[in-house]
Amino acid sequence: MFAVIRANQRKSIVLIVLMGLVLALMGYGVGTALDPSLGLPGLAGAGVIWLILLMVSFAGGEGLLMAQAGGREIERADAPQLFNLVEEMQIASGLAATPKIYLIDTPTPNAFAVGRNERRAALGFTTGLIARLNRDELQGVVAHEIAHIKNRDTLFMTLAGTTMGTIIVIADMFARGLRFSAGSSSRRRSDKGDSGAAVIMLIALVLAVVAPLLAQLLYFACSRRREYLADACAAQYTRYPEGLASALEKIAGGQRFSEEVNRVLAPMYIVSPLAAHARGSRLMSTHPPTADRIRVLRAMGGGASLRAYEEAYKKLHGGSGVMGAMAAAAPDQPAREASAGATPVAAGWRTARGVLHEADGERAVDCSCGLRLRIPPDWRGAPIRCPRCGREHRA
Amino acid sequence: MSGWIALGVVVLLALIFIGLYNGLVRMRNEVKNAWAQIDVQLKRRHDLIPNLIETVKGYMTHEREVLENVTRARAGAVSAQAGGQVGQIAAAEGALMGALRGFYAVAENYPQLKADGNFRALQEELTSTENKVSFARQFYNDSVLKYNTACETIPSNIVAGIGGFKKAEFFEIKDEAERAVPKVKF
Repeated sequence: MFAVIRANQRKSIVLIVLMGLVLALMGYGVGTALDPSLGLPGLAGAGVIWLILLMVSFAGGEGLLMAQAGGREIERADAPQLFNLVEEMQIASGLAATPKIYLIDTPTPNAFAVGRNERRAALGFTTGLIARLNRDELQGVVAHEIAHIKNRDTLFMTLAGTTMGTIIVIADMFARGLRFSAGSSSRRRSDKGDSGAAVIMLIALVLAVVAPLLAQLLYFACSRRREYLADACAAQYTRYPEGLASALEKIAGGQRFSEEVNRVLAPMYIVSPLAAHARGSRLMSTHPPTADRIRVLRAMGGGASLRAYEEAYKKLHGGSGVMGAMAAAAPDQPAREASAGATPVAAGWRTARGVLHEADGERAVDCSCGLRLRIPPDWRGAPIRCPRCGREHRA
Repeated sequence: MSGWIALGVVVLLALIFIGLYNGLVRMRNEVKNAWAQIDVQLKRRHDLIPNLIETVKGYMTHEREVLENVTRARAGAVSAQAGGQVGQIAAAEGALMGALRGFYAVAENYPQLKADGNFRALQEELTSTENKVSFARQFYNDSVLKYNTACETIPSNIVAGIGGFKKAEFFEIKDEAERAVPKVKF
């Protein structure tokens, strides 16, 4: 198991170095385009921006990323079953500490994990997810996210995301600077003559356009294999691949609400939130097709080990699997049966939202006809009429 | 010259010994930590059961025998845990799981009980604790396997012999009821 993760880490380091090279090339190119002597300062500038962004994302930690996704931390009393599931999977995976839990108020079912190490990690769940899944399914999702933390995918995503962010920032600054200098008269010294400067300018321009795309391509490519690996680990932790398979089915079915999604955060979700609106090429997708992930999970044939997953993957895709020779060393583990209490986790959609609304200071008025009215905290003025029986309530 | 070579070999052997020894200590600590996790969850389960009995008493007035079974099995499990013998704990926990399963089967006949909010919360806690016990057991047995393998294989077995590392015991709960298919009689 550790060997699998280590092999993955090697590949991750290569990918991050590649992205770093793209960044360095871009810093140098943009510097040279501004002035032929500014190549190295440009490179240094790119490094400084990268360092600053990295420090911000490390200092802000999981809270910053969660805030970006619109998540709010919840307490044990808010969702005891969710906390139980997270603790169960923490024990099964041997994670060093219980991750913090955040709830995101949106009807689209999804989940993601952030954090730079095992002790500083957080899981985010949307209210739509909690409302739809039963206990076994949610356990599969929690296991998948914890596997991301355990496999250090979240650390890698933080590093890769920061590098990509820097590239985008520089490309943006360059494009803006270009517009500015085009407006004023050109003050650039031209030691090598105008044609040389023009060529360098052209190269820098192409770089500014291509580098962000290249970086995204790299970023997305490495996040796809990680999804398969996290699925395999989730099956192993829960000993119940069907839970995750059925959860993925429900999550994929629920991705029809188009919403603003942060592109850097996208690979961290269990099912890509971008897939719903942009049916782009497979190269640019952060996740393997969900249908394929479900097929692999369901082809595990009663096993729950990494090896069973590897064999199922090979059977469907041919060639080498996702884990290579490492999976063969894993001991066999049979899958368990569905748990008897496969009841919905929350009584429903409203319960999940209610937790957040209470935190907002929203007031609830119970009408004598049995209906519960929810009143916004800043409501002043007219009494509210109960839509069922017509009684009037004063806020 | 040969003195230096001999010294080099001795230093190298010492370094290898230290590395293997530390590796064994690390694995033994992992086994201990994994066991502590099981211990915590077992204790939690034992603490939940009196609450459960208290909650269901009012509903299940005619099921004294089932409830007494659970109480007795719990008392056995508590004393086994105090004893600290892995094999005995496993046997007592197996008996407790069997008694609880019998209890749940009977509870199915009480729709009012199943609707009780308190009971449902307790049931979720017990289900989760049971899951945690089995996940902790999974992790513990994996750690024991790793540690025992190191204790038995060359060269770490030599270090284990000198350092007095003893093999750890697997935690296997033998629950007969788990495998038995329920029979329906007419």
